[in-house]
Amino acid sequence: MMEKQKVYELLAEVCQEDVVVEQPDIDLFEEGLLDSFGIITFLVEVEEKFGISVSITEFTREEWNTPNRIAEQLAERV
Amino acid sequence: MIPYGSFIFFFLIGIFLLPTIILGLLGKSSKIYNMLVSIVILAVIFGNSKTGAISIILFTIFQIALIKGYHYYRKDRNNTVVFCTMVLMAILPLVLVKVLPLLGLNHLFGFLGVSYITFKAVQMIIETRDGLMKKQTLPMGELIYFLLFFPTVSSGPIDRWKRFEKDVNKTFSKEEYKELLYLGINSIFRGFLYKFIFAFLIYNKILVYLPDHATYIHSPFWANVAYMYVYSVYLFFDFAGYSAFAIGVSYLMGVKTPENFNMPFISKNIKDFWNRWHMSLSFWFRDYVYMRFVFWMTKKKWIKNRYTVSNIGYFLLFFIMGIWHGLEWHFVIYGLYHAVLIVGYDYFDRWNRKHKLWPKNKWTHGVSVFITFNFICFGFYIFSGQLFK
Repeated sequence: MMEKQKVYELLAEVCQEDVVVEQPDIDLFEEGLLDSFGIITFLVEVEEKFGISVSITEFTREEWNTPNRIAEQLAERV
Repeated sequence: MIPYGSFIFFFLIGIFLLPTIILGLLGKSSKIYNMLVSIVILAVIFGNSKTGAISIILFTIFQIALIKGYHYYRKDRNNTVVFCTMVLMAILPLVLVKVLPLLGLNHLFGFLGVSYITFKAVQMIIETRDGLMKKQTLPMGELIYFLLFFPTVSSGPIDRWKRFEKDVNKTFSKEEYKELLYLGINSIFRGFLYKFIFAFLIYNKILVYLPDHATYIHSPFWANVAYMYVYSVYLFFDFAGYSAFAIGVSYLMGVKTPENFNMPFISKNIKDFWNRWHMSLSFWFRDYVYMRFVFWMTKKKWIKNRYTVSNIGYFLLFFIMGIWHGLEWHFVIYGLYHAVLIVGYDYFDRWNRKHKLWPKNKWTHGVSVFITFNFICFGFYIFSGQLFK
């Protein structure tokens, strides 16, 4: 079982903002917290740390826009 | 007939889409009818040139064979060489269209929409590679409809299969369709305003006299400066106008084709600009060139510094985008110019995060927009080819 908290912490590391841990429903793209480069960094980390590989075309900005939804998407793939 | 180029084209669409609109207002699906109408309008668009018509038919069959073939192959195999071969084959016709004229073989093989169909086909192959189509069958009718969707066939906006397919198979309720119809007509009229009034007037009343025949400006330097700004504004209204037509007509047909422009001249930096200008193209390049390249390089760890990888990615993206516009020096330089701007901005942004010298407030925002606007216009000046005349 993967903990949401761990996903949030990883995201906070990538975005370099703690607000993503505090507000898991924040829109990462509207707030300018995550960009293409951030997504790639995040996905590479996810593969290394959690052993889940997500392709970049799967990671759509409509479905993966908040820390909460990202954690849920990843949980489905464990 | 050039799409959205003449009154008669709009007249034809109006007549042919009347049943679509009636079905929509009754809350019924017009999918099959729209598919048939699409063929008729395509015949009207490509009908005047035999070479063009034959080219597009052969080209579409070729792309569908690639997509279907690869989709079948990908069910239980996944070899990188096969994938790369497929992508190269999909872009080969486009490359030939661009290269053949340089060899003096003009008009042998070239037709409206070759780029935009290629973008969609490459997208399908890449998403198949990534396993996004695994649970899906690719129905032939919908696939052809996607590649050749007439409102966007000539110059985009570039839609995505997943999004498109969802819209096409959705039956909108009466209320939902009313909303679509309203938005669609609104968009078409914005197109008229932008393309046939603003762009038309700017071009015929100002741009044709610049930079060489402006009797009221005596210095060639200032005439060129004027050209730079006027051309930029013209380009926006012309292309945003076209896009508004394409989007509006799509909406009438129940397809929410993505936007192409979002007030690009108020961009606060160059990255922001590429999220607002010709968005469907820049997102395509972002997702399928830049991100793929950077992801692949990051995983391979050939280059330690992540920012170096990102910078190379930007140069690759804008170089390809540049030559895609045409194999001419000013397009290459236009691409590289934007790559330099983005890499430079990235560097500044990182530096500023550390030193916090450029605060965020409405004054700095205003200055940023002003600076960005001027850089953008200079980019279009390069793009216009005027600089190298």
